Amino acid sequence: MTKSFDIIVIGGGHAGIEAALAGARMGCSVGLLTMDKNAIGRMSCNPAIGGTAKGHLVREIDALGGVMGKIADKTGIQFRMLNKSKGPAVWSPRCQSDRKLYSEEAIRIISSGKNIDIIAESVTGIITDGKKVRGVYTRNNSDIIASTVILSSGTFLNALMHTGLNSSSGGRYGEKPSTGITESLVSLGFITGRLKTGTPPRLLKNSINWEILEEQPGDENPQPFSFGTDLNFFPYLPQRSCHITYTDSVVHKILEKGFNESPMFTGLISGIGPRYCPSIEDKIVRFSEKPQHQLFLEPEGLDSELIYVNGFSTSLPAEIQLEAIHKIKGLEEAEMVRPGYAVEYDFFPPHQVDLTLETKLIEGLYFAGQVNGTSGYEEAAAQGLIAGINAALKIRGKDEFVLRRSEAYIGVLIDDLVTKSTEEPYRMFTSRAEHRLLLRQDNADRRLMKYANEFGLIDSELYDRVKARENIILSGLDLCSNIKLHARDVNEFLIKKGSTPIESTETFSKLCKRPELNLRELIKLNGYQNEEVLKQLINDAVALEQVEIELKYEGYFKRQQESIERLERYEDTIIPLTLNYSILKAISTEGREKLARIKPRSIGQASRLSGVTPSDISILLVYLKS
Amino acid sequence: MEEYTIAAIATPPGVGAISIIRVSGPDTLRVADLIFKGRNKISESDSHTIHYGKLLSQMGDTIDDVLISVFRSPNSYTGEDSVEINIHGSQYIAKLVLQELIKNGVSLAEPGEFTKRAFLNGRLDLTQAEAVADVIRSSTEVSLRGARNQLDGLLSQKVSGLRSSVVNLSSFVELELDFSEEDTQFIKRDKLAAEIDRILSEIDSLLGTYTFGRITRDGVNIAIVGQPNVGKSSLLNYILKESRAIVSHLPGTTRDVIREEVSIDGILMKLYDTAGIRHSEDEIEKEGIQRSRESVKNADIVMVIGDVQQGFSDEIFGEINYLNKSASVLKVLNKIDLEASSKISVDNRVSAKTGFGVDNLLKKMTKLALGTSSFTEKTAIISSIRHYNCLESAKINLLNAKESLEKKMSGEFISVDLRNSEQSLAEIIGVVTSEDILNNIFSKFCIGK
Repeated sequence: MTKSFDIIVIGGGHAGIEAALAGARMGCSVGLLTMDKNAIGRMSCNPAIGGTAKGHLVREIDALGGVMGKIADKTGIQFRMLNKSKGPAVWSPRCQSDRKLYSEEAIRIISSGKNIDIIAESVTGIITDGKKVRGVYTRNNSDIIASTVILSSGTFLNALMHTGLNSSSGGRYGEKPSTGITESLVSLGFITGRLKTGTPPRLLKNSINWEILEEQPGDENPQPFSFGTDLNFFPYLPQRSCHITYTDSVVHKILEKGFNESPMFTGLISGIGPRYCPSIEDKIVRFSEKPQHQLFLEPEGLDSELIYVNGFSTSLPAEIQLEAIHKIKGLEEAEMVRPGYAVEYDFFPPHQVDLTLETKLIEGLYFAGQVNGTSGYEEAAAQGLIAGINAALKIRGKDEFVLRRSEAYIGVLIDDLVTKSTEEPYRMFTSRAEHRLLLRQDNADRRLMKYANEFGLIDSELYDRVKARENIILSGLDLCSNIKLHARDVNEFLIKKGSTPIESTETFSKLCKRPELNLRELIKLNGYQNEEVLKQLINDAVALEQVEIELKYEGYFKRQQESIERLERYEDTIIPLTLNYSILKAISTEGREKLARIKPRSIGQASRLSGVTPSDISILLVYLKS
Repeated sequence: MEEYTIAAIATPPGVGAISIIRVSGPDTLRVADLIFKGRNKISESDSHTIHYGKLLSQMGDTIDDVLISVFRSPNSYTGEDSVEINIHGSQYIAKLVLQELIKNGVSLAEPGEFTKRAFLNGRLDLTQAEAVADVIRSSTEVSLRGARNQLDGLLSQKVSGLRSSVVNLSSFVELELDFSEEDTQFIKRDKLAAEIDRILSEIDSLLGTYTFGRITRDGVNIAIVGQPNVGKSSLLNYILKESRAIVSHLPGTTRDVIREEVSIDGILMKLYDTAGIRHSEDEIEKEGIQRSRESVKNADIVMVIGDVQQGFSDEIFGEINYLNKSASVLKVLNKIDLEASSKISVDNRVSAKTGFGVDNLLKKMTKLALGTSSFTEKTAIISSIRHYNCLESAKINLLNAKESLEKKMSGEFISVDLRNSEQSLAEIIGVVTSEDILNNIFSKFCIGK
């Protein structure tokens, strides 16, 4: 009998997991198709979750009811808050994960989820009915029917792995590629491109001279990713350190010997790699003036014998890799379990999807994750979640779900993909978010959990807690701008803190803006003044932090809010989809071509298209007005 | 492309040797053939050709002998098919021609519509379109030079240079935020501050050209004030070399403000001969005084005239200072022919009767009008209030960034103002995306641990 589902998810990686779970929790029947059931949630590259801007994504995924943060909390063996010395907007959580446990936890969650059928199958093509998706063809010739299909096959489409001049088919070490899907989509009219990514060699833990290496431990008070994680049990696992070492000119010389056998430099690899995560050979060539490059030795797990050499991604011949490694401090005797390699894979330039991640060509077909040209687990998971939610909404006949750039990094991510497309693997950075100050990891729940609640993706008890806290925060903010401290009560304290004494009275919020003062001390000093709200604030560290951040940076936040409101005008200026751009001769040929291809929904989106200049936008505005 | 055809009289109102009527749009050539009778049909003529013939009304009467220049799309000012009809200089004939065009389905152009079409058809960019508006308005030589150099993109070049400097600054700030884990050298705070200062001073000097830009475009306002009977009108007349103001020995007869325009060294000077700004009980005089005060308020230069007999009253300077703090004040002593040895200290000694010292006075006026800075045709100048406001906002944002820097705020706060500054500059010329900053980072720093 032919199987049939509401949603088919192709691929069980980070995007596939979120897509399948969101769809299933929203009441749809989901078929999760994966070539290998044991590979669900497998980390292809470094054993870490989060990092600058990526940590923000994980917090947002969590607030929207995704599972990435929960799995990371359960399986993390080192937690750090990056950028702690800077302002709260750029604090970014990151953890080292136990690679094996991460995958096991993902499989456990997926298997115990209702409405999900995990099927070990290789998809070979997409079945369509006119411009609508109908299901998928599989390797063993059985069709599976569905009203929506989410393609989240990662780096596996026609994947080719390279080490030196040797190449072999496969999307990950020891795993087969996926063939047929690209060809099937191309025949439907999709454009495809080729990207490249790489991974460093893995070394045997016991063969490294740890004694002489610089240690990098986790934070003393580790913070979890998930808003639902109970701090009383966190962290769940014993914690581990990373270690730091460096390459030098001797190492570089050895690597250079292998350049004539580099698949990159000899043109064997045609795919474009990420500039922010270059291979070590790329770094040596492009920044030849740099005498050394930093390497992080990251544990792959509590019981794992493997060490991941972060910063040494390479596709040079294996023997060159090893020779160079042996000249690195601490790695003189290192045993290489597996050489680094590059992976080349097909992707679909993401201007072919809409802001819901549904493809513009085929109704009901969604793309999520690396097939959209992104890199990174977090970027993939965020897209999987949005695709899953939108597929379910479509099946239920409800309005689509699109996050704005001004409300989430996820909004920035998808808007960037759709409007700018991408030619290299796309990674999130905080600088991509123009409203960065307001899109903090600490307030992701306050920004987004309401949506998860609406979709039924969040535990209602947790949501009630967040809502109750919101009340405390708002009344706390209100109170702090109104109640005043008297000079006689505070000046002694201020002087002790090296802060200028006040003349008569001053509000909490004004004093709180002084960098040397913090809200907790000020409230205590005030003796609460019988204010219930202040007591609640003192007892709820999270609420207190929110109030303090909002007070301290009030002026900046206000300015950012104003700029959002200014820009919103453009976001709300709708461009008709039927607009014939070819008559707007004043717009550059490149701009016209871009506009016609992407068909932006608003002036705001149009203004972000590369190749579309402000005078093009003025012309559009003049035209829309006339 | 627009679907209707427009026409307008392109030459300024007033009597000249010729008047030009410009027609543009898809129907231009067809309509031209309906009203024009010459050796060739306009619709069959090549672009950039001129044709002599008669312009006929619907009744078949000859309106005028004309020359028609043909510009075919896209090689015309608007990018559309267009013609320019040269007629004999008369408002009356021009209106007749327009009427004939309108009878044949052509619409009257709205102000700026030709430029708007040129812009919409990609013949001009935004700054060029604005500059064209300025060229049209410019009535003197210096002003034309300024408008031309903007057309050539000097301002665009200058501002885009400033913008890249700010993008560069942003890159340094962002590097520290997004790549803090990288083994990269971060820029020192004092270097950031020094670079902000450098950009600020460039913006300031560009802002400083605004007065110059405005003056070359709109002209300079000069109010002439002084006690009754010191010879204000005589002096004005000498300057004009024609006698339009009422000159009389009776004080207070110049009841209204008389405005004269004169081009001196290529600068349009608007001279306002005032009734004086002293108090009066006379109702009519009161009205005149009120207008005089307005003239002083709006003046770039206030010329205070005294004569060798009465000298100057201190009151008047107080009054001027009260009305207008920013104007330059020029103290001019008239009637020097009567008493050459007067000891009164002044900026200029003149005689409206003999013309003594008037040349010097004019030189001084030019100098005051242009300020001390020297501008050449190679200097980017701003003459539009929009550009001025954008630059001003770029400046304020940079000052905010500097303040955050001094308060030792973290980079993401500095970045907000740098980006706003960048955006303000971009509003004048070009696009800004966060991509530019990242591209800059990737090309300059070794990223990727």
